[in-house]
Parts: sequence; C-alpha cells; structure tokens
Amino acid sequence: MRRTYHLIALVFVLAFISLNGSAQCKGFAKKICKLELIPYIHDGNYHAAILTEGEEAELYKTFYSGQNYRLAVCGSDALPDIEFKVIDAYKNVLFDNTEHENIRIWDFQLDASQQLKITVKVPVSTTQSEYPASGCVAIMFGFKDNP
Amino acid sequence: MTKKISLYSSFLFLVVVLLIGLSACKSERKKVSQDVNIEDFISEDDIFDDIDKAKKIFYSLPSPLETAMIIKSAGAEFDEELLNSLDNVTEYTTNRALALNLGIYTTDLSFASLFDQTQASIHYMTASQKMAEGLDISDAIDKETMSRLESNLQNRDIVMDIISETFLNSSSYLKENERQDIAAIVLVGGWIEGLYIATQLVGDKNIENNKLVDRILEQKLSFNIVQRMLDDNKEKPTGEINDEIVQLISDLQPLKDAFDKVLVETTETQSAVTNESNVTTIKSQTTVSVTPEDFKQIQLVIDNLRTSFIQ
Repeated sequence: MRRTYHLIALVFVLAFISLNGSAQCKGFAKKICKLELIPYIHDGNYHAAILTEGEEAELYKTFYSGQNYRLAVCGSDALPDIEFKVIDAYKNVLFDNTEHENIRIWDFQLDASQQLKITVKVPVSTTQSEYPASGCVAIMFGFKDNP
Repeated sequence: MTKKISLYSSFLFLVVVLLIGLSACKSERKKVSQDVNIEDFISEDDIFDDIDKAKKIFYSLPSPLETAMIIKSAGAEFDEELLNSLDNVTEYTTNRALALNLGIYTTDLSFASLFDQTQASIHYMTASQKMAEGLDISDAIDKETMSRLESNLQNRDIVMDIISETFLNSSSYLKENERQDIAAIVLVGGWIEGLYIATQLVGDKNIENNKLVDRILEQKLSFNIVQRMLDDNKEKPTGEINDEIVQLISDLQPLKDAFDKVLVETTETQSAVTNESNVTTIKSQTTVSVTPEDFKQIQLVIDNLRTSFIQ
C-alpha cells in the first residue's frame, strides 16, 4: 500500500517538475550555460527545456560564412553528460561530442553559409536508479565581433 | 497506522489539487518528429527512425544582435536614417505591433551599438524598453540595465552583452509564459529590420560580387526556419487558432514568392579542419544567384513589409 502511495507521489512530483521546468531552465541557461560561451558573445536567443534520460531534442539554424561561432550544449547536474551532434544537410556528422569526452562546447566557422541541425540526447544513466532523471538542457550560441 | 495513512492521503490530495491547478495554467508543448519537415533533411534518415517518439524541436532565427553582426561583417555602413523613427514609439499599442517593433528597435539598437553610436544606442534601448513594457515584460530592460548601458557606452563588448542579456530576458520570459507566439513575432520583426537595412544599403548598386547582396539572398535559408517557427505557433496552447500568426504568415507570402526565385546551392562538406585553437572550419561552397529584376522585387517586398510593420 505504502509503495503505491510512493509511486503516486513520485508521478506527481515528476509532473510538477515538468510543469515548472521552463522557469528553472531560464536561470540555468542564463547563470550557468551562458558562461560556457565566454569569450564569445551570446546571440540572445533562448533554447532550453526539461528533458528526461533517453529524450532527444533537435535545433535547426542557419550559420553564416565569415562568422566565428561557439555552440554550447549544457545539462543540469541531475543529468548524465549530454550528447550532441552537428549534422549538415547531406547528413554528414560534422561534430560529435561523444568523440571528444562529451565536451560541452564546439567552436567553428564556415567557408559557406548553410543550414545545420544540432541533435541533442540525454543518455540513460549507467548508475542504478529507480526512476529516470530529468533536468534542464540548454542550447546556446555565441559569436565574435569581427572589427 | 490508520492515522498515518490518512495523513499521507491528505498530503497526496493536496499535491494532486495543486498540480491540477498548475497544469491548467501551463503545459510543455512538444512536437513529434513526424512534423519536422526541413526540406534538406527529408529522407529515410536515422532522424525519422523513432518517428513516434516525441522530441523537442527548436527553430533558431538570427537574433537582432546576430542579424546586425551579419550585416556589418558584409561591409555595411551605418545610416541612422534607415532606422525606425523614435517618434513612432507611442504609435504601437497592439501585441502584434509591440512585438514586431521590439524586434525592430532591438535590431536598430544592435546596429547602432556595433558602429559605436552611443547616443543612438541609448535612444534605441529606451525605445525597446517601451515596447517591452507594452508587452508586460518590463523586467527584461529595467532601470539597472539602462544605467549599466549608460556607464559602459564606450565599451562595445559590454554594450553587446547588455543587448544580448535583455533579449534573452524577454525571449525566455515570453517562452516560459506560454507566449511563444509573441517571441516568434519579435524575432520576425528583428529579422525583417535587418533585411530592410541591408536591402536599402544595396540600393541601386550592382548586385554582382556584392557581399551584402549575397547575405540578403542567403536569408532564404533562414526564411525556411521562419515558416516552420510560425507554423509551430499557428495554434494557441488553448487549441484556438492564433489569428496574429496566421496573418503574419499571410503577410510574409510575397517574401516567400520572391525568395522562391533565388537559387541557393550548397555543396557537400568537403572537410572539417580543426586548427591549433580548436576552431573547426567547415569547408564547402555555397552558390547564390538571382536576376537583377528578381532582386529588385525582393527589395520592394521587404520595403513594403517593413513599412507595414512600423505603421
């Protein structure tokens, strides 16, 4: 009986986190993830959401030649290291952070303007846990002022 | 034991009531990957392997700051005459007009600050503040922001950081409060202002080997994202049709028609080279082409759109 109550309570607590997740993510994006962009200047756009282990997100953006970009993909402490890939229109994987010790940032520039896709995945944690972890994931872009 | 269970039940009941109340106010919207339709990415690809799996999809348009940076790096010069008149500030009262002109004034502010136009920067920050107040997001640009701006006018990096932060404040506030539609309209306003400034600066100049023209034509790529971002917001969280978004999609149709005549081709990435500073250069080539007549049409459509936005 008690186990049932625990389960119900947990379901509602998870729902509560989900409903209020975006509010928490604003602070996370602004105070934690944005710092990863230094010395690049954040473009000002906000892309963040609550994700749970096993969930994925995608972002589409056009990048322009001659600009210096930094991409930062961050997850809150409750989550395992976030995995991300940058993919071009021909499905070429241009960067995969799992091949770089799950680094949170990638600095790049383009010879030619093009649209890219960033795929983000919260891997399933290898540690034993009764319930999947949820937390904020933010995708942020910075650039440099070219005088 | 019975008393303990009773207390526990009461606690759970309270949590349930609280959560049901909250869920009526907020809901996280997610898109199913089946809806993703970016032209270049369509195929039997791994992306669609988990077609029934819900994914969060983000469409990212250039922010006002990035738009201004793109124009500047293409060789643009500052012309204050091109910016939206500050006299218009009091004319904007509807959500649509306030949102469009928050984007427009923020792009003007970014443009002015990138060219170290200190007085114009203050004036356009004030104009942006008025638009934000009208949209009930006055915290995005508060008195502290204004005084920080005034104290650091000679330091372009800090000024850009302030602009970036105010835009992050307003966009995050809107998105967190189920006003993604307004956030999308702000972005469209800022993006069109950048296109307006760029097309006006080109004027009657030769479009051959003109970097600014290439930048304008490359915006066809971002127009795809505009369309999908607006489509995503055609329906309000309550399920009602969002008339403002539907109207904006209709307003942008002539621009779609004009961009349809532009050819933008990108070759497959030949290599991605990482230098000693850990900066990767993605090597490929993009070809953009348009006839002079079709470019004139783009200029005309953008002029008309921008005129309608600032009225």
